[in-house]
Amino acid sequence: MINMLVGLRGWVDERLPIMRAWNTHMGKYYAPKNFNFWYFFGVLSLLVLVNQLLTGIWLTMSFTPTSENAFASVEYIMRDVDYGWIIRYMHSTGASAFFAVVYLHMFRGLLYGSYKKPRELVWIFGMLIYLALMAEGFMGYVLPWGQMSYWGAQVIVSLFGAIPVVGDAIVQWVRGDFLISGITLNRFFALHVVAIPIILLALVVLHILALHEVGSNNPDGVEIKKKKDANGIPLDGIAFHPYYTVHDLQAVVVFLFVFCTIIFFFPEMGGYFLEHANFEQANGLKTPEHIAPVWYYTPFYAMLRALPSKLGGFAVMAAAIAIMFVLPWLDRSPVKSWRYKGGLTKVALLSFAVAFIFLGYLGSKPADLEVFGIAGVYWARILTMVYFAFFILMPIYTAIEKTKPVPERVTTK
Amino acid sequence: MKKQLLALVLLVAPALVFASEAKWPLDNVKFDANNKASLQHGAQLFMNYCMGCHSLQYERYERLSKGLDIPEDMVMRYLKFDPNAKIGDLMVNSMPTKQAKEWFGAAPPDLTLETRARGPQWVYTYLRTFYKDPARPWGVNNKVFPDVGMPHVLMDLQGLQECAPGSAVAENGGVRRDPLTGKEVLFDGDGKPLNPCGRLKVSVPGKLTPQEYDQTVYDLVNFLNYIAEPMQEQRKHTGIFVLFFLGILFVFAWLLNREYWKDVH
Repeated sequence: MINMLVGLRGWVDERLPIMRAWNTHMGKYYAPKNFNFWYFFGVLSLLVLVNQLLTGIWLTMSFTPTSENAFASVEYIMRDVDYGWIIRYMHSTGASAFFAVVYLHMFRGLLYGSYKKPRELVWIFGMLIYLALMAEGFMGYVLPWGQMSYWGAQVIVSLFGAIPVVGDAIVQWVRGDFLISGITLNRFFALHVVAIPIILLALVVLHILALHEVGSNNPDGVEIKKKKDANGIPLDGIAFHPYYTVHDLQAVVVFLFVFCTIIFFFPEMGGYFLEHANFEQANGLKTPEHIAPVWYYTPFYAMLRALPSKLGGFAVMAAAIAIMFVLPWLDRSPVKSWRYKGGLTKVALLSFAVAFIFLGYLGSKPADLEVFGIAGVYWARILTMVYFAFFILMPIYTAIEKTKPVPERVTTK
Repeated sequence: MKKQLLALVLLVAPALVFASEAKWPLDNVKFDANNKASLQHGAQLFMNYCMGCHSLQYERYERLSKGLDIPEDMVMRYLKFDPNAKIGDLMVNSMPTKQAKEWFGAAPPDLTLETRARGPQWVYTYLRTFYKDPARPWGVNNKVFPDVGMPHVLMDLQGLQECAPGSAVAENGGVRRDPLTGKEVLFDGDGKPLNPCGRLKVSVPGKLTPQEYDQTVYDLVNFLNYIAEPMQEQRKHTGIFVLFFLGILFVFAWLLNREYWKDVH
């Protein structure tokens, strides 16, 4: 039996280099030994992606993408499809989990300078994944056809109307109608289940190929390929399989523990993962009291609302995402990891993280909210400036601050 | 133009006045989808008092029967009033939407997911805060849903409530009290109530005492809370096993990792 399987492997390998692929990406891919907690989120993103694809396929089997039946078909899945509720909650919780792990994964990149030369392309592909994910999440949220699906889509799609001259034409083109309707729902369904997943998968492959070409960064920001042993294996590297596969398995189980706690005990997550208003069917004649996007878009929504003009808000929001793409060229520091960067970077990075989280909080609340006696809109303006200052001032503070000497080899505790 | 503006202001003004009033506090009640007796009573109440106008169009009679341990023939005989409906059918009703709109100002909504949209505490408080208001078409208004189009359907059970002077707000934001006796101050110097509709009192008694009525509404809302997510108890039950399994799996994942990494320095 074993001989037969080995024979089959040999037969395929002569025709398709499966052994080479395995070795390049798993068995002989040498990753730094000193990965810490922050390095789990890449693998977890992949896990959630697979979760979304599989549960998505099964949801598609029972979902009806029409404005008349979409809402009812979701309840049909929840009640009449065997274990449909688990599949649906896995998918809805998975959407939030995807953004949670991706945000932490991106923050890891900021902490340890994983975007710096030679990993610029890894960062760019990652940013494209993030962009595709935002589109995917947005269109997916429209599909259950609840009140927040409808009005969220109304607000977000109408943003394009702020673009001068062609704005209105674009809005109509996206909607396929004069208002959000069953036509919009149908095309969003097509994009959500076919087009964007294909793009996402392609980008994920490129992200990983680009990473495995240059090798992983690490918390010290040391290039492990500079010091190799007689066999050409990095001294500080260790084979991804089996060492990191078993290592990541622990993180996967811990993640699943949290994930399943939400699915089985708090599927609505207090209205943050499944908004209360979305349990009411879409009604184009009845605007909900308070329209808020799902939590993972709220930082950008807060920026949008921070400006008095719609075009201004839209431009700021677009710029907030666009500026992240050029990050590799803004960082002038001779070192990668924040461990060896100066105090300015540490202050900037932490204020950036705080600003992002606080903006997210503001975006989830009504616009007339006051925090510490100051109107939310002023907070949003200040925090938006902090957000942009992190990027715009980066060429200055990373160039002038004094860095610490980087060790020759990675450090392990 | 000016006239139109004025009309608009007058139209919006009552809403603004209400917005400045304090929101009626929701009763913080815990619901229990395991209490089958309460759920069954709630189902009976719903079918008798609500189903005429409000459907449960996402749930089926058969699932109601299975979920609440009510035998199918009992459901068919006592809980289903549509002679053409089969046990596997969705719980719809025959109220025509267009006419319903004319009768009530708004078509009665489907209630399958009402407690998930508004929260069970909201529905519980709503059903207990109808009060006499001759200005409204049905003679009643509601504290948590002002100017609602729905009549007080449970009036024969609760009776009719009327406004009574309630707690007034003190300068420090708390309840206004007499500094000497500590009793609440309800009236100003001229004997006028400070908060004329801060409390509700039953003026025309119904079939039930206030305590019995609260229990009845509890059962009804408990049922609605169940029907909004009938699998909620199964969900939690399955969840315990899943988490238990993951807990065990973690021990082995941890041991496996330790075994592999013990020689790595």
